Amino acid sequence: MTQIIKLKRGLDIPLKGMPREVTKHTIRSSYYTLFPDDYTGFTPKVVVKQGDEVLTGNPVMYDKNHPELKIVSPVSGVVTAINRGEKRKLQSIVILADAKNEPVDFGRKKINDLSPETIKSALADAGILALFRQRPYDRIVHPADTPRDIFISGFSSAPLAPGFDYILKGHEADFQTGLEALAMLTSGNVYLGVRAGRKGIVPDTLTTRIGNLQIVAFEGAHPTGNVGVQINRMKPVNKGEIVWTVQPQDVIITGRFFNKGVVDMTRLVALTGSEVNECDRAYYPMLPGASIEKLVKSSVTEHIALRYISGNVLTGKRIASDGSLHAGDNQVTVIPEGDETHEVLGWAMPRPGQFSVSRTYPAFLLERLTKKKYEMDARIKGGRRAMIMSNEWEKVFPMDILPEFLVRAILAQDIDKMENLGIYEVAPEDFALCEFVDTSKMELQKIVREGLDWFYKEMS
Amino acid sequence: MQFLRKYLDKIKPDFEPGGKFAMFRSVFDGFETFLFVPNTTSQSGVHIHDAMDSKRAMSIVVIALLPCLLFGMFNTGYQHYLALGESPGFWITFLYGFLAVLPIVAVSYMVGLGIEFTIAQWKGHEIQEGFLVSGMLIPLIVPVDTPLWMIALATAFAVVFAKEVFGGTGFNIWNVALVARAFLFFAYPSKMSGEQVFVRTDSTFGLGGGVVADGFSGATPLGQINSGGLAEVSNIAGQPLNYWDMFWGLIPGSIGETSKLCILLGAAVLLITGIANWRTMVSVFAGGIVTVWLFNIFGSSPIMQIHPLEHLLLGGFAFGAVFMATDPVTSPRTQQGKYVFGFLTGAFAILVRILNPGYPEGMMLAILLMNSFVPLIDYCVVEGNVKRRLKRNK
Repeated sequence: MTQIIKLKRGLDIPLKGMPREVTKHTIRSSYYTLFPDDYTGFTPKVVVKQGDEVLTGNPVMYDKNHPELKIVSPVSGVVTAINRGEKRKLQSIVILADAKNEPVDFGRKKINDLSPETIKSALADAGILALFRQRPYDRIVHPADTPRDIFISGFSSAPLAPGFDYILKGHEADFQTGLEALAMLTSGNVYLGVRAGRKGIVPDTLTTRIGNLQIVAFEGAHPTGNVGVQINRMKPVNKGEIVWTVQPQDVIITGRFFNKGVVDMTRLVALTGSEVNECDRAYYPMLPGASIEKLVKSSVTEHIALRYISGNVLTGKRIASDGSLHAGDNQVTVIPEGDETHEVLGWAMPRPGQFSVSRTYPAFLLERLTKKKYEMDARIKGGRRAMIMSNEWEKVFPMDILPEFLVRAILAQDIDKMENLGIYEVAPEDFALCEFVDTSKMELQKIVREGLDWFYKEMS
Repeated sequence: MQFLRKYLDKIKPDFEPGGKFAMFRSVFDGFETFLFVPNTTSQSGVHIHDAMDSKRAMSIVVIALLPCLLFGMFNTGYQHYLALGESPGFWITFLYGFLAVLPIVAVSYMVGLGIEFTIAQWKGHEIQEGFLVSGMLIPLIVPVDTPLWMIALATAFAVVFAKEVFGGTGFNIWNVALVARAFLFFAYPSKMSGEQVFVRTDSTFGLGGGVVADGFSGATPLGQINSGGLAEVSNIAGQPLNYWDMFWGLIPGSIGETSKLCILLGAAVLLITGIANWRTMVSVFAGGIVTVWLFNIFGSSPIMQIHPLEHLLLGGFAFGAVFMATDPVTSPRTQQGKYVFGFLTGAFAILVRILNPGYPEGMMLAILLMNSFVPLIDYCVVEGNVKRRLKRNK
């Protein structure tokens, strides 16, 4: 019997545009773009030149501080551009795909025959280890570390997020191999968080095969699916401890790597959002870096300004209509931009079409009565202010942490307070809902990201 | 509204930096965002936002204050004609009060917003809405006969020294409206207390002239208790008042504080919309009741024997508990802290009332005192959290 943890605080934003559980054609792109910034903390050193040919799985850059950590090409083809910005900071590498999609053969391996060190170095060479993240700091892992535990959230509770139980279909064996591999990398346990009340995503017998696998069920609204929230509830990160977090689709990729001997980064990506035609809201196999041009072409609302997001509406990155899927993202969301909307006297009108957690809007009644779903645009819908209302954030922040005081400590760059108030446990995504509900419209994820980066620098 | 939008778009470039009206940029921006929800879209972080903003939060408080304001106007007229021994009918009564109170509201808003607009422009900020509430609170907590120049001076003092020097809305330590009230109270004590200021006996704009009737006394019920330790209080014409009179609010007092019914309506608006925190509100009443009750048990003098209900119904206790103690900026940010803050505010208000013969009303001082202790209260709650989190290491 798995343990069930119930979370009372949180919020499921009733957004329109949920994907249907249908898998459509694979989205192929002529070129693929790799962004080193997707790998927080990665200082890129480029190992390819413009015009070089690469195979699927060939490294294109490595981390200056940990040369073992590599980012590999998801396709075979020719490097066509290395884009740099201010101070020659690397922004992206563009690879023109060829038709062959020829992979590097890493050789099939049986997990049981391998030592933890070989597994780790194999994953590092295949560019898979760079996808893992560590807490504290929510950044790339240090390959030399042995994490206290590894945490995987087996579901996402973010708005319109794809269902992992659907994604997993047909990849069960790879997922289990991936879990086996991860179990070798930690001195502690591998924790898999699942949604309470759903059919298990792994067979119960797996825990007997993998001795240090723990399955814990969670119940409650978003952010229950955030791995940080799960860690806080199960086994919080204390000073000096390091845990790793891995996305479930990356566990599949890990397993596939050992089972097939090749790097196949393909992930099932959900096309979601109110501006996607209903029949096109579905799942599409895609490679990271692929352009979304073909994905969204003729499947979105026309004649209004749209916002394309790689990821979900809370934590995703804004991209152009021909932009690329960023590493680690499992969905593409399209919402109205909204900058052409001018609502009159918004502070005084009832505005039944607007969603709010505040009871100054009728949304709280409508939601109960009608289960209304909202089309929400990208407007901030107010002016930036200092902190005014209190206890708004706590209601959507289900950790034993005082979010407001942690943010104040971050803004004041007070190391002791940051440490005491829980900086080791949080990631920007944990503050996404706080940022959504905030009356003062503060940019909390940005504040937390900058705080974590600053703190990391101070501590190293 | 289309033409208005077009007009705003047309004149907007003039207010941008370098435009000919660039010095009024904040004012233009203030009016534009007042008329239209800003169409700025998110550039970092979350892509969607809750429709709630600080303009709406503040306007809800102003709406919650409206019953008190309207009743205050009527009561001003009512007390005036009661003093004269006349009864000219509802509308004339209201009109008198309206004409007497409106200039106070206007002066408070003009002075306060004038300073806010100037400072916003000077600092290059957006205009912040905080003063919408303070500007409405100030008229409601002053006696109706306060000279307008004093209102102006007190408002200016409060906005500059209680708010802007700290950095503006969200950074102030003390409730701005109460600082204005305290300024008046300590700078002009003779004008702010006693029997003359709570009932306007002069004519207003030529309306309601006359001579006060025999037996008139402008003392508020709280003043009567304070000076005489009376268990029985009377209205300005000398007739005794019961609890229901105090509840409905046709008694002398500061403009907005007398009607508990209207305060109750305001409290309902604030609590249903969730703008005010019920923890603070309930704790203030609890603190007050417990303290009076202790005095009732152990007290010897008549003033200590006054029933808790009477304390809650008189003076500014209820008004302060509902509208001033709950100010999110100057009350604790932690949930547990709100209980402590509220309870002590209620307790101190009663302590001042009963033990200090110089001050008939203690609510203002209690809230300002507890405002000063908010950082300490929050510090203790936060330290509790830190200790608990450190414990799990072991």
